[in-house]
Amino acid sequence: MSASGNLPTQVFTITRADLVAYAGASGDHNPIHQDESVARSVGLPGVIAHGMYTMALAARAVESWFPGAEVVSFGCKFTNPVVVPAEVGVDIEVAGEVKPGDDGLTTVALTVTSGGQKVLGMPKAVVRV
Amino acid sequence: MPVDQSLVGREFPPTRPYAVSEEKVRQFVTATGGEYGGGPAPATFPIVLAFDAMNAFLESESIDLFRIVHGEQKFRYERPVVPGDVLTATLTVASLRQIGGNDIIGTASEITDADGALVCTTTATLVHRGAAA
Repeated sequence: MSASGNLPTQVFTITRADLVAYAGASGDHNPIHQDESVARSVGLPGVIAHGMYTMALAARAVESWFPGAEVVSFGCKFTNPVVVPAEVGVDIEVAGEVKPGDDGLTTVALTVTSGGQKVLGMPKAVVRV
Repeated sequence: MPVDQSLVGREFPPTRPYAVSEEKVRQFVTATGGEYGGGPAPATFPIVLAFDAMNAFLESESIDLFRIVHGEQKFRYERPVVPGDVLTATLTVASLRQIGGNDIIGTASEITDADGALVCTTTATLVHRGAAA
């Protein structure tokens, strides 16, 4: 792999069943990730994925690009909710660009989109390769 | 009802010790569509600890979880989380602002191991959506 440049884009799918499994695994049982009526009652367009679910997918992409690398820091803003319909999954695309540092660390600037719209703000991981 | 401004700077008690097992890591990895073959937990796994601390904070302040939407999350790792770790999280309310009827709550959680050594620091921005008038 070159020292800098674009990484192969990864595509993941999120379903309602994934959100149920994630609620159990993470302990985040917020009903806005399960129940349409609760989600709408707080002004959301429908059931949305846990922001941390989308962030976990971004982490999976980083892991696939840098297998076994230690992650030093990882962060993002949750700028647009990912609505997950009841019947079909929704695709998340994770693109990445490598920005080598001079301290032995590699910065990965991510672009995470769903349906062409960015869903995470300034997602960035720093890894020790 | 706005969140009480005097919360800023308050540190909440550490969460109950959480034993990281291969089974719990596998459950987390599988839920996010991956396959776990042993080794360190994924980068976002410490949210399990941070979420536990956040729940205790929300309960103590009588804030409804369903009114919370996640605004931002950042992790800074001292080392990876591995099965066998026994971790606790200690949450501090870092900031509080009111914007357009919503409370914007900034928290910082320090996750430490059984020896008290820092494993991960994670900061979150939580948007508390105010009840409709």
